[in-house]
Amino acid sequence: MITRNKPVDVVIVGFGWTGAIMAAELAQAGLNVLALERGAPQDTVPNWAYPKVNDEIKNSARNGMLQNLHKTTVTLRHDRTQHAVPYRRYGSFKPGEGVGGAGVHWSGVHSRVMPEELNIPAHYKAKYGRGIIPNDMTVQDWGVTYDDLEPHFDMFERVCGTSSAANNVQGQITGRGNYFEPRRSGEFPLPPQRDHPTGQIFAKATRELGFHPYALPSANMSAPYKNVYGCNLAPCNYCGFCSDYGCLNYSKSTPQTCIIPMLDRMPNFELRPHSHVVRVNKAPDGKTATGVTYIDAQGNEVEQPAAMVVLAAFHLHNVRLMLTSGIGKPYDPITGTGVVGRNFAYQVLSSVNLFFDKSVFINQFIGAGGCGQAIDDFNADNFDHGPHNFVGGGVIWGRQTGNGPVRGIPLPKGTPKWGTAWKQACVDNFLHTGRIEAQCSNMPYKQCFMDLDPTYKDAYGVPLLRMTLNWQDNDLRMSRHVAGQLDTIGRAMGAKSQSGRLIGPGDSWDTTEYQSTHINGGTSMGTDPATSAVNRYLQSWDVSNVFVLGANVFANGIGYNPTGLVGALAYWCATNIRSQYLKNPGAMVS
Amino acid sequence: MSHEPCNTRRGFLAGSLALLPSVALAADEDGAQGRNQDEDLLASAPEPGRFTKPGYRPGFFTPAEWEFVCAACDRLIPRDDVGPGALELGVPEYIDRQLQTPYGEAANWYMDGPFIKASADFGYQSSLTPREQYRRGAAAIDAQCRRMTRRSFAHMSVTDRDTVLKRIEDGELTDPHFDLKAFFTSFLIKNTNEGYFGDPKYGGNRDMLAWKMIRYPGVRADYFEFASRIGPYPYGPVDIKGRKA
Repeated sequence: MITRNKPVDVVIVGFGWTGAIMAAELAQAGLNVLALERGAPQDTVPNWAYPKVNDEIKNSARNGMLQNLHKTTVTLRHDRTQHAVPYRRYGSFKPGEGVGGAGVHWSGVHSRVMPEELNIPAHYKAKYGRGIIPNDMTVQDWGVTYDDLEPHFDMFERVCGTSSAANNVQGQITGRGNYFEPRRSGEFPLPPQRDHPTGQIFAKATRELGFHPYALPSANMSAPYKNVYGCNLAPCNYCGFCSDYGCLNYSKSTPQTCIIPMLDRMPNFELRPHSHVVRVNKAPDGKTATGVTYIDAQGNEVEQPAAMVVLAAFHLHNVRLMLTSGIGKPYDPITGTGVVGRNFAYQVLSSVNLFFDKSVFINQFIGAGGCGQAIDDFNADNFDHGPHNFVGGGVIWGRQTGNGPVRGIPLPKGTPKWGTAWKQACVDNFLHTGRIEAQCSNMPYKQCFMDLDPTYKDAYGVPLLRMTLNWQDNDLRMSRHVAGQLDTIGRAMGAKSQSGRLIGPGDSWDTTEYQSTHINGGTSMGTDPATSAVNRYLQSWDVSNVFVLGANVFANGIGYNPTGLVGALAYWCATNIRSQYLKNPGAMVS
Repeated sequence: MSHEPCNTRRGFLAGSLALLPSVALAADEDGAQGRNQDEDLLASAPEPGRFTKPGYRPGFFTPAEWEFVCAACDRLIPRDDVGPGALELGVPEYIDRQLQTPYGEAANWYMDGPFIKASADFGYQSSLTPREQYRRGAAAIDAQCRRMTRRSFAHMSVTDRDTVLKRIEDGELTDPHFDLKAFFTSFLIKNTNEGYFGDPKYGGNRDMLAWKMIRYPGVRADYFEFASRIGPYPYGPVDIKGRKA
């Protein structure tokens, strides 16, 4: 027998960053809010307490903080002619598990978006002519502008206590931050973090090359901070266990450090962990959702009625729930019709290790996930695309996120992988190696999409999500240009030698090598229901009491890390629900 | 300098008693059966609080497999002038313990079929768990060695063992029924490195000697005043149990 719970005003599916943001905003509006999280509760104490969390075997070698792929994963292929196979072990991307989601093990690079990335067709066509956009590139207007989102970027930064220096405060140029920065309403909540050796050397070299280095906005604290919800964070101590780890020091912005302490005090909010939502239920007319069905900790199916449903799980799960629940028409890559699964994109990341002389101590075991120096000279449309005839760009950085030997000691190309020579190389290089990277946008294409896999299923018998994605010509040429700068920068930094992985023409998506968890698109936002799954308020065009958050609403990939934009879009959505939808429920865009 | 622990079974036992956890000694209370129930099932080794010590009896490997793993680890990370070898740091014990954790059963990998061959871009597509990899890998390599030299891997000369491993790594020595190269790169080398450089609580990296060798401070995890310095860090390592070295 299916258990039927008491109805709530809002049910939130998934409790990472976007779930916590929506819960905070809607609970503050007086609504009765229930969040369903499929994973376990976790918090700084006891889960990430020193030194238990500083365990490379558990958290790096065994992916202790990541989603258990045994229960559910995705399938992968490069194009429609291939048979997709499961993502059986971790490689290219790393979804999280449990309360806080990927917002726990993220690094903390907290960027915004470049304004033109929110409307690629209009910007590029006006500046470079129609021909610059390839026919199969399905870019579109997101329906929001940078100015629409600016207050919400600002809000999310004040929640996180983001550390950096502003360059453009309401049009006033300070000269202390990112030269290419769009207008900000205010300074960053905290000044930049201490600059580690990689960042110092990167900044000096890129400045001498004529580029414009700046302190990457970091959601790791440079000083004690109390945020807008009254939550307290502590200064980062550069412990070197950041990406893939929970923070031992209350220094990384996470739902646990920034939002949950406030929610814990609200009687109209409940977080129910171990609750795996399997579908959104719809009324017979198909135009409204009646709630969700989930599987509880005992394995029982439970029906949870709700007046509003917010999909706030990680990208992959949001897209799959839309498909399995029949919300929005599935995308058909042959006809190009349908919306759910459309505009699936990622990022193209190139990485170079720099091997310095023994007198240069980089000390890669010291670091913080979001801390580093970057240049935007090759990001978005900050450079003339005319001669190159491609769309997009990327951010180039020198970061030092913290590394230990189980995570892998980078070694010069050609070094044996075992034996005395290998060991000697480990001794010679461990303290003297830095890394620079180029993180480039990946545009959406007609032939890159997501749908339900016809063969493989998860532990609950539900089809896995299938990814069909490969790098396309435009993005490979763009990456060759942007990532090609790494070689010049590495030399200018004085590296004795350098080796790495530069993505360019001829390369395919290698799903075994970690690059980032920045997959995006699949339930794109937009202005046209024929090409977007949600409207500019992230409301389903078809089922008006369903709102969809996460990077899955991106209409194209961006150069920056996506969390800042994901958080800002969640605040934008919540603000408009409060100001418009609650007063007049129904379609907010007709 | 390197060990030749496995020229004969008697020589193996006698020559390596001081350094190798021996298969001949009876298990004491440190045998691999007891588990600390408090540890996270996902990642804990059996008895995470235990340190490598002589008298370890493998809980997973058979005597023949144990000989193979010890002999292979000894070649992957030999004792030499650069630093300690895998054997003296307890790496085989680490691997044996890990294979008795949920990792050994591929507990957080997607392991449903069908298992279809795909290009290397799509990663691991085998139905074999880490335990099965070692079971088959040790047997397959020993069988190849016997075919060539009438000796098992562990009983070959150091030079011959290196040659076998190199040929497996380069894809020159293959087995029609088992992917030797994948076993070598994705399991044997990987797990050996983990045991060598991992926290001592998992059975390897005895006395943090591998950390000392590369000057990794372990889990000190507090570098506020050192974050901006381009200079040497002055302190030695600390492990998860709070021991200093």
